[in-house]
Amino acid sequence: MNIHQYDVVIVGAGGAGLMAALQASKTAVTAVISKLYPTRSHTGTAQGGVGAALGNLEEDHPEWHTYDTVKGSDYLGDQDAIEFMCNEAVPAVYELEHMGLPFSRTPDGRIAQRPFGGHTNNVTGKPVRRSCYAADRTGHMILQTLYQQCIKNNVNFFDEFQVLDLLVVNGVAQGVVAIELATSEIHVFHANAVVFATGGFGRIWKITSNAYSNTGDGVAIALRRGIPLEDMEFFQFHPTGIYKLGILITEGVRGEGGILVNDKGERFMEHYAPRVKDLASRDVVSRAMYLEIREGRGINGKDYLYLDVRPETVNKYAALDGRTFPDGRPYQVSGEELLAKLPDIIDFCRTYLGVDPIEQPMPVQPTAHYAMGGIPTNIYGQVLMDEKNNILPGFYAAGEAACVSVHGANRLGTNSLLDLLVFGKHAGLHAAQYARDTQFQTLPKDAADFARQQLDRLQNCDKGTEKLSDITEEMKVTMMDHVGVFRTEEGMNMALNKIRELKQRYWNLKLDDCGKVFNTDLLNAWEIGNLLDLAEVTAASALARKESRGAHAREDFPKRDDKNWLKHTLAWLKDGEIRLRYKPVVITKYQPKERVY
Amino acid sequence: MKVTVKILRYNPEKDKRPRYHTYHVEAEPTDRVLDVLEKIKGYQDGSLSFRRSCAHGICGSDAMRINGMNRLACKTLIKDLHTDKIVIEPLLGLPLIKDLIVDMKPFFENYQRVMPYLVNNEPAPLRERLQSPEERERYDDTTKCILCAACTTSCPSFWSNGQYVGPAAIVNAHRFIFDSRDRAAGERLRILSDQFGVYRCHTIFNCTLACPREIQITKAIGEVKRAIATGSLD
Repeated sequence: MNIHQYDVVIVGAGGAGLMAALQASKTAVTAVISKLYPTRSHTGTAQGGVGAALGNLEEDHPEWHTYDTVKGSDYLGDQDAIEFMCNEAVPAVYELEHMGLPFSRTPDGRIAQRPFGGHTNNVTGKPVRRSCYAADRTGHMILQTLYQQCIKNNVNFFDEFQVLDLLVVNGVAQGVVAIELATSEIHVFHANAVVFATGGFGRIWKITSNAYSNTGDGVAIALRRGIPLEDMEFFQFHPTGIYKLGILITEGVRGEGGILVNDKGERFMEHYAPRVKDLASRDVVSRAMYLEIREGRGINGKDYLYLDVRPETVNKYAALDGRTFPDGRPYQVSGEELLAKLPDIIDFCRTYLGVDPIEQPMPVQPTAHYAMGGIPTNIYGQVLMDEKNNILPGFYAAGEAACVSVHGANRLGTNSLLDLLVFGKHAGLHAAQYARDTQFQTLPKDAADFARQQLDRLQNCDKGTEKLSDITEEMKVTMMDHVGVFRTEEGMNMALNKIRELKQRYWNLKLDDCGKVFNTDLLNAWEIGNLLDLAEVTAASALARKESRGAHAREDFPKRDDKNWLKHTLAWLKDGEIRLRYKPVVITKYQPKERVY
Repeated sequence: MKVTVKILRYNPEKDKRPRYHTYHVEAEPTDRVLDVLEKIKGYQDGSLSFRRSCAHGICGSDAMRINGMNRLACKTLIKDLHTDKIVIEPLLGLPLIKDLIVDMKPFFENYQRVMPYLVNNEPAPLRERLQSPEERERYDDTTKCILCAACTTSCPSFWSNGQYVGPAAIVNAHRFIFDSRDRAAGERLRILSDQFGVYRCHTIFNCTLACPREIQITKAIGEVKRAIATGSLD
């Protein structure tokens, strides 16, 4: 067995992990463990931008960003954390620019900004240009820029190492266990501080924008180590995924003036969000799309709608809305300008659909996209163990794996990149300082046993009968049908029973690969085990919450119920059972009120 | 439709040398080659090994040779191959580990040699450094690189000598050399003018053809050559 010792170990090399690594490595001996080469991480697929009230094109303020985020969260976000994030947004974006991030530019050379759903001028209620972007490749540029800076600063990477377990000794985090993909050797990383930046778990659902690797590894490991998961019932469905494939079409398309239309050619969002229409929050738009489809107004009666960004359509509706450029001229776009602003989207549609968005509308449907819930933390990334906010010393989480909670029941577009920058940074800083001031504990001899047992139990399954692909498919279909955009008690009960059945069958898997070199068969199986655990927690948390709020929409409880449910869910896994408890939401300046767009 | 998929497979724990295995798969013409690989792995042989993640051409995990061309499996549709016979092989020029997985370490080492990061030690302003849209456009094409290695592993000069930094590294050097905010163009040009730098490029254009991001790689290499020759970035 290989044993390594570091002050700080960071797991995951997407935006949050790399940001944490850059900060921590300045003052502490730091290692980054990632199951992918860092530039393969899912941050790279983010498109439309990062939110910050720079005010480069029109008046804007961090206070407006704060209010919009609180409202977007359907008042479930913790307002102290949201205010902190929105204030930090402005220096965070400048810091990225100074690192070399190639933002798109305004004519006077400043960072370009575009409108995005739910981001408004708080005085007029109209959309505000707050999303700082690099064409439709903002995530790619962030990931590349942070990786480049890590190379410049000689950060230690363990690429293609899969984390399997968190080590807790005498009540403090003391490192992780990982497997080296190329050899199947087990490594113990002994560390005084551990940062989980392992991303989300959108692969639970059938239609998803998420990468194959988004299997919630860190979140599932934390759950198995007795840490509760917060607000898991809130999972965002992005309104515009490419039909059947789920590939994301950025909200920036609507920011640039694109609109959603139904089979009758109607701009249906006018009926659901009269003020901001197609730029309402994602939960609102996704629900509207489901309702349109249910009423038979999907395209050709099927389960998709059109996203139309043809210049003639954009210009027609921009004129109707009275939309203008910052200098007051009426808003007009050409096909060429759209191509410059949305090159990758246009490429995706041409490649996967044979559709050119400049000339034809794009078939879209809501796609599972982002976990608002996750490992509970405070604004320093410290992981919280209970409803009294006691911490697990030395354990940190950041990015989509974490729940601070700044997104509450529904995240605004552009706030995920912001979240990973701000909280990745602060987790890295805090972890480094804590680790330097802390003595190592002696690791027990059997430190790697729990990890090894999990793999051995799966690998012994060559006598089993179940196929991994069947179990995966059944989970994804069940969750899509019953724990998706709309939910009912009956459906969720069914889903919960199904997931529990799949968890039983999972331990009777038949794997084909018994080797040690890149055994992706075994590791995929382990990842699906993580998804099954997280699917169960998601369904159980959702079943218990008898109200509709943000992304959690119950047909049997269609109203938000602040009296009983203005609180965060915490879910523990104890002896194979899920236990739920609750903690209050932090409310500072903004009292909950009805949410209309 | 039925497709016949011939995959060059190699398990270092069992095989002396790589061998072709043939699979028959039911697929839609609009399926990605990656979907076909997933079907084989999921329903015929779980030991088939390949890398993949985002499945839509952004993460750069699944570059491989498909019918003789370096492509991303997730960005290649069956119908675009214009045949129902598909041959899939690992990238050339990097050590083979298992099936379609090659050792990416030499590739990333070459990338790191060209200082692939912004260098500017002048005090940063309180806000952003200004850059005009024209200055930003100058290096736009090379910012698209996803480090998939399709270009470098299609280059005969790289095949003949792996110390050649290769097209991907030059693309990433270009991205900073022509960025108006950067101050280390001279150092990068010095690195690229040595015997393993740009002069190993003989304008074969394989890299440009292979790039799934449609970066004009040979052109970018030409611009770097010209900058070295003239000592000017104009």
